[in-house]
Amino acid sequence: MSDPAPATTDRPGQVASATPPAPGRSRRRLSDRGLAVVFISPALLLLLGMSVFPLLWALYLSFTDYSATRGGPARFVGFGNYTAILTSAQVHQRALTTLIYVVGAVTLQTVLGFTIAYLISRRTHGRGLLTTLFLVPMMLSPVVVGLFWRFMLDAQFGVINSMLGSLGLGQVEWLTRQRTALVSLIMVDTWQWTPFIMLIALAGLTAVPRYLYEAASIDRASEWFRFRTITLPLVWPLLLIAVLFRAIEAFRLFDLVYILTSGGPGVSTETLSFHVYKVAFLGFNTGTASAYGILMVLVVIVLTQLYLRYLNKLKEG
Amino acid sequence: MAVSVDKAVAAGPARDRPPRVRRRGGRGRGRSLLEVVLLTVLAVVMLFPVLWMIETSIKENRDVYAIPAEFIGFTVTLDHFKDVFVAGDGGRSALSVAFLNSVVVAGVSTVLATVLGVPAAWAYSRFTLRAKKDQLFFILSTRFMPPVVVVVPIFLMYRQVGLIDTKLGLILIYAAFNVPFTIWMMKGFVDEVPAEYEDAAMLDGYTRLQAFWKFTLPLLVPGIAATAVFALIFSWNEFVFAIFLTSSDSVRTAPPAIAGLIGGTTVDWGLVAAASVVFALPVLVFAYLVRRHLVAGVTLGAVRR
Repeated sequence: MSDPAPATTDRPGQVASATPPAPGRSRRRLSDRGLAVVFISPALLLLLGMSVFPLLWALYLSFTDYSATRGGPARFVGFGNYTAILTSAQVHQRALTTLIYVVGAVTLQTVLGFTIAYLISRRTHGRGLLTTLFLVPMMLSPVVVGLFWRFMLDAQFGVINSMLGSLGLGQVEWLTRQRTALVSLIMVDTWQWTPFIMLIALAGLTAVPRYLYEAASIDRASEWFRFRTITLPLVWPLLLIAVLFRAIEAFRLFDLVYILTSGGPGVSTETLSFHVYKVAFLGFNTGTASAYGILMVLVVIVLTQLYLRYLNKLKEG
Repeated sequence: MAVSVDKAVAAGPARDRPPRVRRRGGRGRGRSLLEVVLLTVLAVVMLFPVLWMIETSIKENRDVYAIPAEFIGFTVTLDHFKDVFVAGDGGRSALSVAFLNSVVVAGVSTVLATVLGVPAAWAYSRFTLRAKKDQLFFILSTRFMPPVVVVVPIFLMYRQVGLIDTKLGLILIYAAFNVPFTIWMMKGFVDEVPAEYEDAAMLDGYTRLQAFWKFTLPLLVPGIAATAVFALIFSWNEFVFAIFLTSSDSVRTAPPAIAGLIGGTTVDWGLVAAASVVFALPVLVFAYLVRRHLVAGVTLGAVRR
């Protein structure tokens, strides 16, 4: 990705044709910079206005006791909000819930998604159509997914309990019991996002060169040996990207919780995102919510850095 | 269905190609059958909720709540779909207004993100800039911010400047969330167009801007279309900003409007299902159109094959 302008003059074949005179060239290089600024700055300005500025404002508010409803001037409280959040037992509980949810959902998705991708990659026919069908859940809005699963998991007339009933199994109160609610949330998220892992794993699996397998089968290597020494090492980097991506997304998740359980019953499915919302929009402690949010942003930044650094390594390697 | 076709082909004895080495003997075929069965089961599990949603949307209310659930043999009705678009008094329903708002908000924000993002992507691809990599990473990381966190200061900001409960407010925030995606996705497409085309055009006396406009841009049209479709889907499906930044029926987009259907004491699940089908159908059609770019699209342009 070097600057193409000087490269042009270095090429003998092109110098021979009508090259513009020197003054024109220097002016053009100047206008190249101008063009870059003109092309890039509107996009950056929008990002500064709608992402960076709000975050800086939140950073400022996080050191105050400002409340969006009470109004009045914001009083500076130093790190008070931060210490309050970091020492709060409520927050610790939400962090644990979030951790269980993120680890549970992402693990399940990875195992299932990779299995499906592996099975599809071994088919020779109908691959395209199968992939397309499997991808449907991922394209749906979380609102649609949440609403619909809420209907299907309904304890009285939900289709899941109805099917369990006709199999002679007991009824489960999916969304109204403390313990099952989080499991249901993980299940629904897994249903929606398994296709994501599948799609990326499939991209990795189809990129594995065929000749490697052929060489291995000449050596009479066992199936498991081939999987462990060829397939997995080659797909693993891409799979890790997908897993990190999903982990960030799961950590930010809000809409599915909001629709499916509203954090309940009790606080059993309240993730950190949902708790921030409650503090900000139901408790109206804008200052505290901002500090809470900034802490979450820090976690996201760490995860994103990990993701991007890894992505960069993958691209260069 | 595809799976059954697949199964028939895989199990069938007649194969055009000579059997591969690993498919030797009865054990290999047995395993292959097991794999097909497993795949079929997984496909049914993944697709069942979607089919159930479609079924619910064409059932009469008494069938919707039937215990045990009715899978086949119910009376088909399109009443729920009528209710999605037509209000009880014959006028336009609140849902249909919301759908229209969604079209406007998603459409305009996508156009805005494309107009801002494509030139930036081209510039990032073609020019050496200071700390280019850092700039690109910064741009992508803004996309990863938790919406619930961003919405608090955005809410206060909008309240200050009067953008609360306006379509313009939603359009701006959606555009801001789609610009990072557009830049990353489009940069990949621009990288694939050789810079030499522009160099050659400039030797013919065109300025760089003309070279971009006349030679590179036409080649980017398929990429731009795919990128725009993804941006459209993101905005169309978005819920968090929509529910916190808008409240009135005339501004609200479809996701909060559909979610609002379950607010009351009784829930008309037939209507919810019909509204969800109407809402999801365009997304699926669009996603099918850009299926070749799905890997890049869903990873925000970060992973390309």
